[in-house]
Amino acid sequence: MLFTSWAFLLFLAVLVPLYYLVPKRVQWIVLLLADAVFVGFAGVRGAVYMVVTIVTVYAAARGFDALFRRQRETVAAMKATHTKEERKKARLGFEKKRRAVLILCLCVNVGILFVLKYGAAIGRLSAAWLHTPAFGADLTLTMGISFYTFSSIGYLLDVYRETIPAEKNPFRLALFVSFFPLLVQGPISRFDLLGRQLNAPHSFSGERFLSGALRIAWGYWKKLIVADRLLVAVKALCARPAVYRGDFVFVEMLLYAACLYADFTGGIDITIGIGEWFGVTVEENFFRPYFSKSISEYWRRWHITLGEWFKRYVYYPLSVSKPMRTLSQKSRRLGVGVSRRLPVYLATLLVWALTGAWHGSNWTFLVWGVLNGVVILLSEEMKPLYARFHARFPGLTNGACYRGFTVIRTILLLSSLRLLDCYATVKEAFSAFFSMFTTWNWGAVFRGGIQSLGLSWADYGAAFAGVLCMFALSMAQRKGPIRKRILSHGTVCSVCVLLLLIGTILVFGRYGFGFDAGQFIYNRF
Amino acid sequence: MEALLEILKELHPETDFETEEALVDRGVLVSFDIVMLITRIEEEFDVVIPAKDITPEHFNSAKALYALIEQLQEQDD
Repeated sequence: MLFTSWAFLLFLAVLVPLYYLVPKRVQWIVLLLADAVFVGFAGVRGAVYMVVTIVTVYAAARGFDALFRRQRETVAAMKATHTKEERKKARLGFEKKRRAVLILCLCVNVGILFVLKYGAAIGRLSAAWLHTPAFGADLTLTMGISFYTFSSIGYLLDVYRETIPAEKNPFRLALFVSFFPLLVQGPISRFDLLGRQLNAPHSFSGERFLSGALRIAWGYWKKLIVADRLLVAVKALCARPAVYRGDFVFVEMLLYAACLYADFTGGIDITIGIGEWFGVTVEENFFRPYFSKSISEYWRRWHITLGEWFKRYVYYPLSVSKPMRTLSQKSRRLGVGVSRRLPVYLATLLVWALTGAWHGSNWTFLVWGVLNGVVILLSEEMKPLYARFHARFPGLTNGACYRGFTVIRTILLLSSLRLLDCYATVKEAFSAFFSMFTTWNWGAVFRGGIQSLGLSWADYGAAFAGVLCMFALSMAQRKGPIRKRILSHGTVCSVCVLLLLIGTILVFGRYGFGFDAGQFIYNRF
Repeated sequence: MEALLEILKELHPETDFETEEALVDRGVLVSFDIVMLITRIEEEFDVVIPAKDITPEHFNSAKALYALIEQLQEQDD
């Protein structure tokens, strides 16, 4: 059931009133049933994988709780009769058991994701290199599996670290894992932030409903007016890499930057708005990312929950792990600077390789991830050089021109890296990138070139106006949340804005018979 | 505390670590800095900071970070 389908709007139209009509103590059950319907629509196979995740994660987390409790009782009982060393040994014994449970549960859940994500690619590689019969062609990702698996693993690790207690009711955990708005493209949520809210009773609030409606409408606006329109041109440009070279690639970079932003943030707007309709605050996934002054800052403002997940559960544990500490100590003879940098550099590269791999099995994603890591590390190494430059030209960084330059530089840099996301092979992506420096064909671009991409001038006009509106709103957001300001002007004003959004979608949006409003780009990950 | 402030100053000489209370939330200390900082703290104070303690609450101010170091030192004893 696509967010952009009439079936989904009907689903919401039934669900929201029902949620507030039933007694508060069963609201969470209504949500859980809605999740089951949503997941069921996507297919039985996906539902089975999700049930496996819920059951294994629930059992493991409860196991951790039981082991912690037994550990405390055992160690307390040993206090008077055993030495400190013996008590430590007993603690380590429980720790080992917990680790075994954790590894087993991770193997099952990461294993499912791994097989579905890379099974087909491994089958193709095996057939090509080892001449085995091809296998795994029918292995495809099921809806939301990349997102709910990560959320579930986050919950599992939080209970393992004793940051949060295990949820006692398996159905309440199921509600967190399967909450339907998050299955389309995240965000990757944490149980301590979302789980408790989902299970709490909620009263209807007209203002919150209106606020959610504004956010949802703005999400659809971006998706149907800008993203789905520009995606047509981006797909046409990517499909013929031998034809569309040089300046076409530059146009493609800019169109894809706008398209991806409108698509991904639009989807998250819809998710957050739906959350508000159920009285739930879903985490923000973006913070005006295209205003970042460096690529590392950009990654703290784009797909925030994925970055936070990797930081919390992979980057930090890896950086301070025993092997990294040993490596750091052994590399001391190469100098203090090297020994201090080594763990953080290795962890950065590995996390970026994993981030790339999370996006898909194609080599392009892996190269994209590693290149992001390399750029971040190079920027870090060049900091002293920047500092010397700024000391030589003091006051330069305070100017609006310099800030504008850093923002544009960041957008161009990350758009260049994103070419790897557009093309089928690494070679095609690099070839397209370098063609920008060897082929100057602006004449061809504007002499009918961009009109051959499936969009009319009217389409480009509508998309360009949409991008300007998104930019203006991002600028206005710097003074505070816009919806709050709209709502502060009263219900009539808010309803007028809502109607204006819906009206412009109806006039300028790409939808309806004969046009298939697309799935969200991030849904394929 | 003096030793910790010195380490922090090495990382970001321009920041007033004695008064700043939102080092992570305001983006003064990013993940890269935090790992470098942990390496330096472990060398200086002979403690091991486990991954579960790497949270914004512990790294938002020099005071909170010092409290964590003291707590870890006590646990070691």
